[in-house]
Amino acid sequence: MALDSAPVLEAKNISVEFGGLKAVEDVSFDIPDRSVVSLIGPNGAGKTTFFNVLTGLYKPTSGFVIYNDEDITGVVPHKIAEKGLARTFQNIRLFGLMTAEENVMVAMHSHLKAGIIGTIIGTRQQRREEREAREEARALLTFVGIGKTATEFARNLSYGDQRRLEVARALALRPKVLLLDEPTAGMNPQESAVFVDFVHKVRDEKNLAVLLIEHDMSVVMKVSERITVLDRGMKIAEGSPAEIKSNPRVIEAYLGKSAEVNN
Amino acid sequence: MAILTRKKSASKKRKAPASQRTWSIGFLTLAVAIYIFYTYIVPHSPQGFQDQIQTWFPPSALNEALVWVIAALGLNIVVGYAGLLDLGFVAFWAIGGYTAGWFMSGFFYQLNIHFGSESPKHFPGIHFSFWIVLLLGALICAFFGILIGAPTLRLKSDYLAIVTLGFGEIIPQVFVNGENIHGFNLSNGTKGISPVDNIGLFGKRLGPFDLNYKYMIFVFMAALMVFISLRLRSGRLGRAWLAIREDELAASMMGVPLMKTKLSAYAVGAISGGLAGVAYATHVNGIFAERFQFSISIILLAMVVLGGMGNVWGVMVGALLIAWVNSTGLPAVGNEINSTFNTNINFPSYTFLIFGGLLILMMLFRREGILPESRLKMVLHETDDEIRNEEPHEFISEEEAL
Repeated sequence: MALDSAPVLEAKNISVEFGGLKAVEDVSFDIPDRSVVSLIGPNGAGKTTFFNVLTGLYKPTSGFVIYNDEDITGVVPHKIAEKGLARTFQNIRLFGLMTAEENVMVAMHSHLKAGIIGTIIGTRQQRREEREAREEARALLTFVGIGKTATEFARNLSYGDQRRLEVARALALRPKVLLLDEPTAGMNPQESAVFVDFVHKVRDEKNLAVLLIEHDMSVVMKVSERITVLDRGMKIAEGSPAEIKSNPRVIEAYLGKSAEVNN
Repeated sequence: MAILTRKKSASKKRKAPASQRTWSIGFLTLAVAIYIFYTYIVPHSPQGFQDQIQTWFPPSALNEALVWVIAALGLNIVVGYAGLLDLGFVAFWAIGGYTAGWFMSGFFYQLNIHFGSESPKHFPGIHFSFWIVLLLGALICAFFGILIGAPTLRLKSDYLAIVTLGFGEIIPQVFVNGENIHGFNLSNGTKGISPVDNIGLFGKRLGPFDLNYKYMIFVFMAALMVFISLRLRSGRLGRAWLAIREDELAASMMGVPLMKTKLSAYAVGAISGGLAGVAYATHVNGIFAERFQFSISIILLAMVVLGGMGNVWGVMVGALLIAWVNSTGLPAVGNEINSTFNTNINFPSYTFLIFGGLLILMMLFRREGILPESRLKMVLHETDDEIRNEEPHEFISEEEAL
């Protein structure tokens, strides 16, 4: 589908070492524009570390991250976010004591211009900007299906709604790439099935590429156009869902060697 | 239809929430009522009543309390909004005070610069108008806020607190020992700078006994700080401050520049510390280096926490209350007790014992403060309930407590 388009985000030979531990080793990877790709692997394979390199939280020991033909290796997180790389978190990290609407509006920070003086005086421009931001936030909340919760505190939302709010907040950055870190964790099978359609809807309507870290294989197989498998920090396979399903190295990584013997 | 309702709710939101408006009107009404009370009612009332007022609510204590309010509102922006623990706020109070000392007194007697001041032209020294000095104090404190903040705000919670504590000690010490910096007299050392000029108001010079006018000026300054706090809180910057308080990492991942946002909180807080410093200098008619002690930082923090972190009205109530207890309440109650029971206890010397006890009681029974921010109140009580109800699920309550 969208796999043949030019990559919007490229990671080249990324390695991350913590002391002597090699968390990620020489991983190259790209996300074609408007594609949905997944990163899978057993626990401790280095998926989240890799994610953190992409979003600027960790600086890789070696390698580059190229976004829209621009080297963003080691750029501070808020600048990367501003450029259009938005993420959600494995364990939800909302601003609990702010309303859903405020949560979304925080992510518009870099698009808004109002300064200290303008805010204190309440210039016409500042008021218009605030009004538009609020309307955009409401629209985003409606888009992810939680429009009615706008004025509720994030910590009071249900688990599923919190997950949706995280996506709405990430979308407020007007990203070109959306990184979802285990978005279906804690969801039941029905919710997960709905989620697959939701990801495609986000991709199509917001014109962005999606990268997922995911454990639920049924979700991964349905949602992704391409899957990359990490094991012990190394990339061991890459391909379409069908290819990955039958790849012996992937099966080995997940089930261990004995499984192969039993087969 | 849907668009219409959305627009409506959006425009409705733009105004201050109803409760904020009620509070603002209440504050101004009370301020005017107190003014009328002291200016027109007290002087015409019987002597006994006047004496009672002098013992329990002297106007000078009220003015001093307002100075504390101005400073506490600034600290509230740093601690209550942005969640940065600052234990050295006295530094800005001192810098503001010395700004008044430098720019509205005869301290630099070699010079003779007058600008907008009501003091006679032949007086040597730098004599600027009080209002210009306010502006200068604000600017200089903002500058020092950024200067101190830039290297320290990279630190997190406890570490930041320790470093601010250090700055809160260093800056007053600079003034204490600033009598001879390579021959230059910066602060007149422990002798201090006194007197400072009177405040000029519409061609009138406010002497040390024009407490009523000063009261109105201080009320105006406090109101200004409330206004600034509320406006900033509801805007782009306020959201970023709260986001940092809630989750720093998530905030930076959502495009909030951490350093810049924290620095702005620090600078705005420092500005109000500076305003309080200038106001205090005119209130006590001088600047005395030894007054700028660590205890001021702690009292300010107690005002913010006891009053209700994050809520300007709570902080104001906390500041008025503690300032009153500190300056008048405790000695007055002490005298009352001493004369009734024929004892001879020096109550004011127990100030900090009583403060400490009060703080412990508050933290035990009303952690959120006297008038908490609605959101804080909710979470604290929720956590209580959760811990109580879900005792067996230790994991959950532990996570909530974090």
